[in-house]
Amino acid sequence: MIDKKELEKVKKGRESWEEGTLGKTLSKRGERREVFTSISGTPIERLYTPESIKDLDYEKDLGFPGDYPYTRGVQPTMYRGRFWTMRQYAGFGSAKDTNARYRYLLEQGQTGLSVAFHLPTQAGYDSDHPLSMGEVGKVGAAIDSIEDMQILFDQIPLDKVTVSMTINAAATVLLAMYLSLAEEKGISPDKLGGTIQNDVLKEIICRGQYIYPPGPTMRLTTDLITYCQKNVPRWNSISVSGYHIRESGSTAAQEMAFTIADGIAYTQACIDKGMDVDSFAPRLSFFFNVFTNVCEEVAKFRAGRRYWAKVMKERFGAKDPRSMMMRYHVQTGGVTLTYQQVLNNIVRVGLQTYAAVAGGCQSLHTDSYDEALCLPTEGAVLVALRTQQMVAEESGACDTIDPFAGSYYVEALTDQIEAEIDGYIKKIDEMGGTLVAIDEGYIQKEIQNSSYQFQKEIESGDLAYVGVNKYIMEEPPATGLLKVDMALGDVEAEKLKKLRAERDNAAWQKALDNLREVSKTEENVMPAVIEAVKAKATVGEVCDVWRELFGEYRPKEFV
Amino acid sequence: MADKKIKIIVAKPGLDGHDRGAKLLSRIFAEAGMEVVYTGLRQTPEMIVEAALQEDADVVGLSSLSGVHSHFFPKVVELLKEKKLDDVLVVGGGIIPLEDIPELKKAGIAEIFGPGTPTPTIVDFITGNVRS
Amino acid sequence: MTIDYAGEVLQGSPRAVARVISWLENEDELARPCMESLYPHTGRAYVVGITGSPGTGKSTLTDKLTQHIRKKGLTVGIIAVDPSSPFTGGAVLGDRVRMSEIAQDPGVFIRSMATRGFLGGLSQAASKVVNVMDASGKDVILIETVGVGQDEVEVMRIADTTCLVMAPGLGDAIQSMKAGVMEIADIYVINKSDRQGADQLFVEVSHRVDQDVHIKGRNRNRSWIPSVVPTAAVNDIGITDVLDAILSHQDHLEQTGTLMEKRRERTRQQTLQMIHHEVFSLLRKHLSESGRMEQLVDAIMNHEQDPYSVVQQLLSEWIKVPEG
Repeated sequence: MIDKKELEKVKKGRESWEEGTLGKTLSKRGERREVFTSISGTPIERLYTPESIKDLDYEKDLGFPGDYPYTRGVQPTMYRGRFWTMRQYAGFGSAKDTNARYRYLLEQGQTGLSVAFHLPTQAGYDSDHPLSMGEVGKVGAAIDSIEDMQILFDQIPLDKVTVSMTINAAATVLLAMYLSLAEEKGISPDKLGGTIQNDVLKEIICRGQYIYPPGPTMRLTTDLITYCQKNVPRWNSISVSGYHIRESGSTAAQEMAFTIADGIAYTQACIDKGMDVDSFAPRLSFFFNVFTNVCEEVAKFRAGRRYWAKVMKERFGAKDPRSMMMRYHVQTGGVTLTYQQVLNNIVRVGLQTYAAVAGGCQSLHTDSYDEALCLPTEGAVLVALRTQQMVAEESGACDTIDPFAGSYYVEALTDQIEAEIDGYIKKIDEMGGTLVAIDEGYIQKEIQNSSYQFQKEIESGDLAYVGVNKYIMEEPPATGLLKVDMALGDVEAEKLKKLRAERDNAAWQKALDNLREVSKTEENVMPAVIEAVKAKATVGEVCDVWRELFGEYRPKEFV
Repeated sequence: MADKKIKIIVAKPGLDGHDRGAKLLSRIFAEAGMEVVYTGLRQTPEMIVEAALQEDADVVGLSSLSGVHSHFFPKVVELLKEKKLDDVLVVGGGIIPLEDIPELKKAGIAEIFGPGTPTPTIVDFITGNVRS
Repeated sequence: MTIDYAGEVLQGSPRAVARVISWLENEDELARPCMESLYPHTGRAYVVGITGSPGTGKSTLTDKLTQHIRKKGLTVGIIAVDPSSPFTGGAVLGDRVRMSEIAQDPGVFIRSMATRGFLGGLSQAASKVVNVMDASGKDVILIETVGVGQDEVEVMRIADTTCLVMAPGLGDAIQSMKAGVMEIADIYVINKSDRQGADQLFVEVSHRVDQDVHIKGRNRNRSWIPSVVPTAAVNDIGITDVLDAILSHQDHLEQTGTLMEKRRERTRQQTLQMIHHEVFSLLRKHLSESGRMEQLVDAIMNHEQDPYSVVQQLLSEWIKVPEG
């Protein structure tokens, strides 16, 4: 991209600068450290010059927004056309408590909803299951049946608001409830927009909310994708996630690489089921993390977009441009928040928001400053939302597309991260693919090693963390934190008792029997699940049918 | 007589699957010369105590990030007492508001280590307070 | 109130078993009187060794095998051995976590054991642990080790039946042959049989077994022809075949009288090891406490004495060979 003669001039200039201007300063005083690296361990040069991007080919490597390889963004106008969706993940206590929070957030200018279900729902248990004790409503809303769904979305126009649901192993059940609810409200499925996470591979890798073994789980995953492709065309039927991979300790490049590896596995599974890649790939979406090193994060997103586009085109032969676009939601890094000097977290989230926006996300959740201690209070989540609004309106990041492009630093980093991603994907391919890599523990061990490395650097002081190992101070304990009523477990149990007593149990039994039969065949389970939830079957009851058929999964732990 | 080793059970009670901290500490405890039995996810208090019993553990380390500490941690202590394992040191960590710590200590948890606690602090506490 | 540990062990108390095992691990004197009381009650349990390189799926196999053994109404004791770090002395004992299904079964007792660096040797320590579990009433005892060190291979000599677990893609076959571990295997388990290369490995191993039979001829000790069993432990496939092979081997040993021979040999080894350990410990303790060891080393270093005569001297002072 750059003229050879110009490069020579730059090189000579830099060398003379190193000897002269720089050399003089260095001889008087060294730099703060021997080697500079990002939080991911990526080595960082003192200075980036045209030499750093001498092989950059604008057309091939960058292109234009909305055009292959989408390095500069998946939409032609990006935020000049429309801001990203401000979508705060929320849920706690009962469906009613969560509904109130949703209405508050929408009033305050949030543009999409994101549902957090409590752990029992995510693990496929009802609120009155013995394993649910102590967990009801703690990290999300307690949703057991379609009646809870009705309360959850009370007074919320599902045809006007897009809804994202963080549910994986039990995704089919919750989507079935959502679709049935929409039907009740007279909204046809083609008007529904939203996302369902539906990504069990990452659960096995690092999040722990799996239920069934990989084979049956992939069947449920692909059934959902196929069903949506036909019946809910505006729905993103999967959100392949890297957020949790990063939270569990991976580097930025690993986050992107392992997510793409999962994406490859899901794409292959759908193709193996007989689907044409362009029929479902446009509705694959992703979910990433964003940490505080702005340039590294921007480079990561650009590298990911470019690499995924190539994967879809070259590996899977996709023809539809929409199949090649990596559209994604971002959440700011929970693990970057500290409980020491919590107000500092507002600044961290501010920087992370800027990075996510400069990186070109489609949707964003910003963490609240008190989240290192508990679920966010109303006041804290308001600041988090305002952070997005300030970056949108005041920072100038949205007035042009891909503002960091052409930076010697960011382009070099983008290339570097892409090369790292490629290294991991090649390694995983060699092993026999993502499922084998997970089974052998390769991905888990890589993440753990990075996590260990990071811990050592923090403890040695190599990596400074304000408030944690530097600028420490004594503080009074925090007050006014959000608490979930422990009695909620009993309340929900009562509700379930009533539901089970009052529903038409003959219809319920018939629906579950039908589900069992359908699940034994290769037929798509979704219609049967919808029928079951309409007959007031609970999350636990549906999941138990499958537990019986498919067994429960206990993955190998790699310590 | 040979050198005695500290045997520690590292467990995650409840449904939460975020095990970065638990796995990290398992490795760090082993580096500090301890014998670590990592019991994995989805542990009930009964399973944790059974492991402590069979392994004759000196220490039980509990990790909770999902707000279930007040429910599970005291239960583990209770069960240990029931099984006459009174001298087992119980410590905990994770996302635990400082205001909950006094209650937990009253219930018999020796110490709670919040996020960002330097790992040598945890190791020192254990080696300093473990039964002899 | 003093606890009668031996009594409790005989009643099957897990707490007592656990405590006595700890004494044995710590080579604590407290263990001796207890073990003396327990010994008469040993000899009933059948011991199966499960060894193999890391990544072959041993723990999963142990887990599934235990479940099938339990279905037959038998109780199971499991000793899961993992290596201690030679640098830090610590260990991550990661086998128990792979056996969560059986961890809740009251008929199963699982103990993780680090290799440590037992003064008396790992094999000796492990066989004592077997004795405790045996005395507590366990019908079957499974010992799982990573078969890469000489020590861990030695442990397999404690077993009545030894299973060597292999898996494709790990460069396994060659490694095992070097370590000499193939010499002791009664059953070869080809795990992850659904993976690429499993068929090849099966053929390789079967071929080697055949070769061995021909080379060694049909002599008394080798008249058992090792079984080669494919499994996919994680999917519970082939496990009953492994169990059948073990029962077959047990049967063979009993029919040919080899079981008693094996156990006799094991007892001889264990007793010799214990004698060795006790005598040596006694001598060493005396020599170091009296300071004489250092004196002797000085003398040897100065070439005033040589180690050979020193040893003879000590023997004549300490050991009195009985007449006749």
